[in-house]
Amino acid sequence: MTGKGIRIEGLRKRYGSGDTAVEALKGVDMQVAPGEVIGLVGPSGSGKSTLLKCLGAVIEPSGGRMILGDEVIYDDGWKVTDLRALRRDKIGFIFQAPYLIPFLDVTDNVALLPMLAGTPNAEARSRAVELFKSLDVEHRAKAMPSQLSGGEQQRVAIARGLVNRPPVILADEPTAPLDSERALAVIRILNDMARKLETAIIVVTHDEKIIPTFKRIYHIRDGVTYEEAGEGRGFE
Amino acid sequence: MISLAGRDIMHAWGKFVFTGVGLGLLIGITLSMAGIYRGMVDDAKVLLDNSGADLWVVQKDTLGPYAESSSIYDDTWRSIRTMPGVARAANVTYLTMQVRQGERDVRAMVTGIMAGEPGAPGWPPYLVAGRQITRGHYEAVADLASGFKLGDRLQIRRNHYTVVGLTRRMVSSGGDPMIFIPLKDAQEAQFLKDNDAIRQQRRRTAENPAFNRPQVPDLLAAVIASQSTNPYVNAVLVRIDSGHAAEKVAESIRRWKRLTVYTRAQMEEILVGKLIATSARQIAMFLVILSVVSAAIVAFIIYTLTLGKIREIAVLKLIGTKNRTIVGLIMQQSIALGLIGFVVGKITATLLMAPIFPKYVLLEPMDSIIGFIAVVVICILASIIAIHAALKVDPAEAIGG
Repeated sequence: MTGKGIRIEGLRKRYGSGDTAVEALKGVDMQVAPGEVIGLVGPSGSGKSTLLKCLGAVIEPSGGRMILGDEVIYDDGWKVTDLRALRRDKIGFIFQAPYLIPFLDVTDNVALLPMLAGTPNAEARSRAVELFKSLDVEHRAKAMPSQLSGGEQQRVAIARGLVNRPPVILADEPTAPLDSERALAVIRILNDMARKLETAIIVVTHDEKIIPTFKRIYHIRDGVTYEEAGEGRGFE
Repeated sequence: MISLAGRDIMHAWGKFVFTGVGLGLLIGITLSMAGIYRGMVDDAKVLLDNSGADLWVVQKDTLGPYAESSSIYDDTWRSIRTMPGVARAANVTYLTMQVRQGERDVRAMVTGIMAGEPGAPGWPPYLVAGRQITRGHYEAVADLASGFKLGDRLQIRRNHYTVVGLTRRMVSSGGDPMIFIPLKDAQEAQFLKDNDAIRQQRRRTAENPAFNRPQVPDLLAAVIASQSTNPYVNAVLVRIDSGHAAEKVAESIRRWKRLTVYTRAQMEEILVGKLIATSARQIAMFLVILSVVSAAIVAFIIYTLTLGKIREIAVLKLIGTKNRTIVGLIMQQSIALGLIGFVVGKITATLLMAPIFPKYVLLEPMDSIIGFIAVVVICILASIIAIHAALKVDPAEAIGG
């Protein structure tokens, strides 16, 4: 158990001020339990990316509360001083494209995170290789990112998001560049890893292929979220 | 922690090395420019060292014999020789001219030395082949840089000389090789006019009633004879007896002979501080320009490399990489580029440019050390723009939307 997932209450974000101010988030509530994978769905301009950036401690919300695991990280102001360390140790990121570091081999791409946190190189690499076994890319451990297929790259990117065993993972349209088969494979992996590592995973998507797989979906529109039970086929 | 800079360099080592080689050629030119300046200073010092003199006695109130023209009578050396503290004194003339050998000619400093007095000030201190001048006329000792060989026949003015000896590193302050010939020949070479000019001078003298007096029949012949000889030399080189202070002996000559006398230190100051000062300033300007250009190139390359990694930098920042790690990545790459450039530049300057450059290029270890430090400093400064760009990257750029 790495924490108690993530809970946000009344999260607001306003860009600009005065007449030109834009209220991107108007009091978002959301809770994701450890081991749960939820979908965050909404049209362009609905506030998905803003919410993701707030959750990822990349931009500062204008108000509200965020609790990550047992720790209140935001309560009308940041409650942690080192946001980089927060992102490194407690939040995993999976991007639309893999964005692997092209000059590091696959193992070091993943091991870099624990190394940045001060983990000895050998131990960090060993953790990376362990994840590769679960993600079926062990045989590509020494390859360079450019030598991998798109699906392999995305699995390595997932390993990078998981390697520090964060209580929450933010996945920003992780299946966008993939075909149906691979997209579903990625969601299957995320579900498996969420259960295995008891990590809460928020998947931002508008990929019709994968939406039916979520048990719970948060719709976001005009800066407000609406929870909906998904079809919940999942990958039990 | 792994070296991100090292991995990035190894990943694209071809591009890096190629860029470093390009930068290295520029650094090589910069080092060569410094070497040319050092060579000019060394040429000046070698000229003084090889003259074997402690004092240079020249025409009053001139900076002769190298920086200005100087003429003193060729019997002055006798009276100087008798002064206390003077071990040896010898006349010398210097004349920079084109020395012909068959169809080709070489710019050289023709030096007249007193024949029959080997070891006297002004003589080449050592030979690498052949012998010193033993005859009073038509023999020459040439520096190897002139390209002449033993037995070659040279033409200086109307006379021909046989090369009987070769010496090395005997050059003027401008780097021209020296050719030693007997003093009398050198005096004549300085003075000798062509036949038409001589005939015209004789006619003009004969037509002058002041010189052509019927009641003084030998006057005209005496005047013409005096016009046909050169009783001047450019300087007297003096070697001091051990135990005597050069400045004291110089002061004595100044006082009693009413001539200007320079010690070794003063002459060095004239050569380095005045004669090659303009060239030195030009070279300094080139050094500054080349340094600025090098810095601009490094800055541009590193900036371009950094812009190519903006997405990776955003990802690194998003996953919690500290700013100092990103600064280190860029600065280490910049320094690595500088190191490759310096090594290539040093090799280029030492093995390619120095041997083929027409002037003497002296690459001193201290200049290389200073150059190395300058390259590192320039690379650090040049990386600042790229670092600034990298630190401005918003980690949110890694997240879409």
